[in-house]
Amino acid sequence: MSQSFDEITAQLKRRHRKSARLKWMSMGALILAATFLVVFIGDMLVKGLPAFQQAQIQVEVSYTEQSMQIPPAAVSDEARSLVSRGYLRLIPGRMRDNPELMGTTRMEWVLADSEVDQYLKGHYTRLSESHKRAVDRLKEAGRAELKFNTRFFTSGDSKMPELAGIASAAVGTVLTLIVTMAVCFPIGVMTAVYLEEFAPDNRLTQIIEININNLAAVPSILFGLLGLAIYINFFGVPRSTPLVGGLTLALMTLPVIIIATRTALRSVPDTIRQAAFGVGCSRWQVVRDHVLPLSLPGIMTGSIIGLAQAMGETAPLIIIGMVAFIPDVSTSFSNAATVMPAQIFTWAGEPERAFTEKTAGGILVLLAVLISLNACAVWMRKKFERRW
Amino acid sequence: MNQQTAQIDAHSAPNHERSPGQPVNHNEDANHALSIRVRDLNLWYGNNQALKNINIDIYQKNVTALIGPSGCGKSTFLRCLNRMNDLIRSVRVQGLVEMDGRDVNDAKMDEVALRRRVGMVFQKPNPFPKSIYENIAYAPRMHDLVSRKAEQDELVEQALRDAGLWNEVKDKLQEPGTSLSGGQQQRLCIARAIAVKPDVILMDEPTSALDPISTATIEDLMDKLKKQFTIITVTHNMQQAARVADYTAFFHLGEMIEYNDTRMMFSNPHTKKAEDYITGRYG
Amino acid sequence: MQTNQIFLLFCGVLLALGLAAFFMARAKATRTRASGTAMYAQPDQYAWFSVLITAGPAVLVSAVGAFAMLLLGAEIPTLYLLASSLAIAAIGLLLGLKQVRPDFHARQAIERVIQGILAAAAMVSIITTLGILLSIVFEAVRFFQMQSFWEFITGTIWNPGASFLAAAGRGDEAGSAAQFGSVPLFVGTFIITLIAMMVAIPVGLFSAIYMAEFAPDRIRTLAKPVLEVLAGIPTVVYGFFAAITVAPIVVDIAGVLGLDASYSNALAPGLVMGIMIIPFISSLSDDVITAVPDSMRQGSLALGMTKAETIKSVVLPASLPGIISASLLAVSRALGETMIVVMAAGMRPNLTANPLEDMTTVTVRIVAALTGDQEFESAETLSAFALGLVLFVVTLALNMVSVIMIRRFREKYRSNNL
Repeated sequence: MSQSFDEITAQLKRRHRKSARLKWMSMGALILAATFLVVFIGDMLVKGLPAFQQAQIQVEVSYTEQSMQIPPAAVSDEARSLVSRGYLRLIPGRMRDNPELMGTTRMEWVLADSEVDQYLKGHYTRLSESHKRAVDRLKEAGRAELKFNTRFFTSGDSKMPELAGIASAAVGTVLTLIVTMAVCFPIGVMTAVYLEEFAPDNRLTQIIEININNLAAVPSILFGLLGLAIYINFFGVPRSTPLVGGLTLALMTLPVIIIATRTALRSVPDTIRQAAFGVGCSRWQVVRDHVLPLSLPGIMTGSIIGLAQAMGETAPLIIIGMVAFIPDVSTSFSNAATVMPAQIFTWAGEPERAFTEKTAGGILVLLAVLISLNACAVWMRKKFERRW
Repeated sequence: MNQQTAQIDAHSAPNHERSPGQPVNHNEDANHALSIRVRDLNLWYGNNQALKNINIDIYQKNVTALIGPSGCGKSTFLRCLNRMNDLIRSVRVQGLVEMDGRDVNDAKMDEVALRRRVGMVFQKPNPFPKSIYENIAYAPRMHDLVSRKAEQDELVEQALRDAGLWNEVKDKLQEPGTSLSGGQQQRLCIARAIAVKPDVILMDEPTSALDPISTATIEDLMDKLKKQFTIITVTHNMQQAARVADYTAFFHLGEMIEYNDTRMMFSNPHTKKAEDYITGRYG
Repeated sequence: MQTNQIFLLFCGVLLALGLAAFFMARAKATRTRASGTAMYAQPDQYAWFSVLITAGPAVLVSAVGAFAMLLLGAEIPTLYLLASSLAIAAIGLLLGLKQVRPDFHARQAIERVIQGILAAAAMVSIITTLGILLSIVFEAVRFFQMQSFWEFITGTIWNPGASFLAAAGRGDEAGSAAQFGSVPLFVGTFIITLIAMMVAIPVGLFSAIYMAEFAPDRIRTLAKPVLEVLAGIPTVVYGFFAAITVAPIVVDIAGVLGLDASYSNALAPGLVMGIMIIPFISSLSDDVITAVPDSMRQGSLALGMTKAETIKSVVLPASLPGIISASLLAVSRALGETMIVVMAAGMRPNLTANPLEDMTTVTVRIVAALTGDQEFESAETLSAFALGLVLFVVTLALNMVSVIMIRRFREKYRSNNL
């Protein structure tokens, strides 16, 4: 009546092949996704790592009356076009600060022009042939080399790539995120506590819940429109500042924190609440003394993830003008500022090749911070994870 | 333990020479062509041994019931017969399960082919999220058992008739299988299993999630189906075993304690443990 | 007096009053209790209640006053405001002390106040949504007062170039009138989204299938966070990658094939956006596939089906609502994605179906309109809000459908467990 094992096995051959094909295809998809990541990070490393080095050349600088008036005169004709113009511009200031320099001539390591920098890194450059030969001679004499680029971490934006750094953007990011977290952490946690522990199961609660889910899916650029129309135009919050940026990002991060906090609250078993009610605690006392402390690690983890998300956000900040050119580090919440991703965006739009390198360098710094934040969140989750 | 063994020995007054795996008493009404031969079957979950030296001969076109207290390994044993245990990673199996002269645990045995010949009905009805018709037609179509639409319709109708469900569902074949009641769903699952024309149908507590009326329907069905199929059923319910089974095997703590003609098992069990269980002293 | 001086003064006095309320109420309650009267609440609770009733209304009054002054331009002398709110604080203090009575449920009163504060916090999310909606709708309406709605929906030429001249009263100087036909923007958005989905859905879905059905635990625990990293990369970084690395590669490959591609082609941002969206699809699909009850798989395997047949005929159909819901969310994400297209796609509204040409999207035009030098009142600036409105409505609808589908999926498998 029924077929033998051998007959069935023979029929199955084709079907097993198909089955194997699905397995390999799906594995291939995962490998492909991982490859994207590897290629992407590799590409950023190749493009960005050189940004952490900057060419310096050793030239003779003569501090004279003339160089006080016309700074380029401080260096020899040959070196003039190899030295960063940004550096030359600083000479008079230095002479004013250090009067003893006047009249001296010193051999100094000075910042090279970005074209020299690119030439030394083996990239395409607009340097003329004679200049290239001059750089080669300096290099042979040990007077031109790539050194660690501290300026990249200590100075603000500049139109000259060799002077540009991420410090002002980094400070702007910190200020903006302080505002963001100061606003959205308390509101987010309170909302979550209300919805999980207090809210009656009525229409309004349902609307709030649906609304939070929707808010999480609203494109970020629309938060920028909100910030522009409400904060800037209606409330008159100054444009481009960490204050308005932070407030805008706060609304964006709110759903992330609410959802994470609710998950954390929900993971506290009801038996604990019942036990606390059983000894006569009021609802608020139960939440304050038992539920919140137990769910704090989960809340912190969610907040760190929300923070990382806010840190990488760009679109709404562009709308509210946080792509300003900020050469100096400002630590005020109400001065114009820029943030790391916005700085990356600005640099990405610069035509010079040296800026491409800076952009990728900034990206590496940003990614390093974001990955450490996320790793921190994962670590916290692992460390404090509790099984009830 | 020794005392126990001694008791068993005292009980066993062998009226005929018995090789391991054969029932203590033969059921005169039953069919005795061999279907599955199990020898020295051991199974471990990680380091826990769940089955210990099982020997049993299962005969074709009978209902064989496996009974025993929960956790005794009867379901695990059932799943060895069509290698459903392969899906659990930590499981290790040793010993012989022979069907049609082939060791089903052999590396060369294709478990997919095995499952075509050894179907299974689960504890909870698990119809696919498809129409009633598709629930049944899906497997035969994949197995190339049908080539034309008319053939397929015929097969679906036959399977539903065999499962005693046809009259209830013939007007709503396109409705989802999940729209049926629990008992109907379970009969749909039985129809699904018989539609691929297996030799053996394994039933893992098929009525434990059902109401008494549905249970009675399924018991009647088992009685009918044993004319075509070898049925091995695990049951928690001793009355059910007594009602439907030709042979009954009693499992305890991973061992098969007694394999006997059902009537003898319930009237005059051969071992002390089986007697204790059947008289309700534990379990 | 300076604003911050007033603020400091206000805070200082309020703090003093609050402390006074706390200690006086506690002392009074302790005395009452010491005299042997049974009280409904602890002394500390009476103390906290007094603090709340002292500070709460005062802060509220001053906040409302400040709000009215700043926004509505109400002329309230700051000193009056300060004095009145502090007076209210003092009244609150007296009331609070008076309420330290044995028969007063201080604890319940505190609970009510706290619950009110929490509920108010929960309203912030509603206000945010309303804020987005109102701000967009309000400005969009102003835009449609200037430009025809029909023209906006059906027009095929987007040329806002001359609108700021018109706003400056020099409309006649511009060679041509501004045109706001948004069809090219929608087409561009649609094509780039389509490309992204063509990358993300297959790769994401198959990755999810592998992780949920085939992968050993070790690979699964490794692969999930790796994919999450893809989701955590800021979009501006993806934009840079698309513009600097992928776009030239696309141009080179098109060149080898004898095709002409623009450096701001639609393919590069589409592909990179697809990569970005992979983890959305994969992690949601993985969740729904693992949520399909194992009894389904076993039922199919027990019929002699191969693993792939089980996945294709049973697992995937069962998880389809979840997968569709994930894809809809991904589409909504792609439609609203801004940085990748701003950096890698074109600025030129271009009605074409050729992904090698440059084309622009809704979000690109929003950014362009709001970062230009135009006055806020110009039609171009306002057009950003009209586009934003469309984006909001579409993504909201997609999200709603997605939520409903995933809820159906959940309910189905809960009820099926009998």
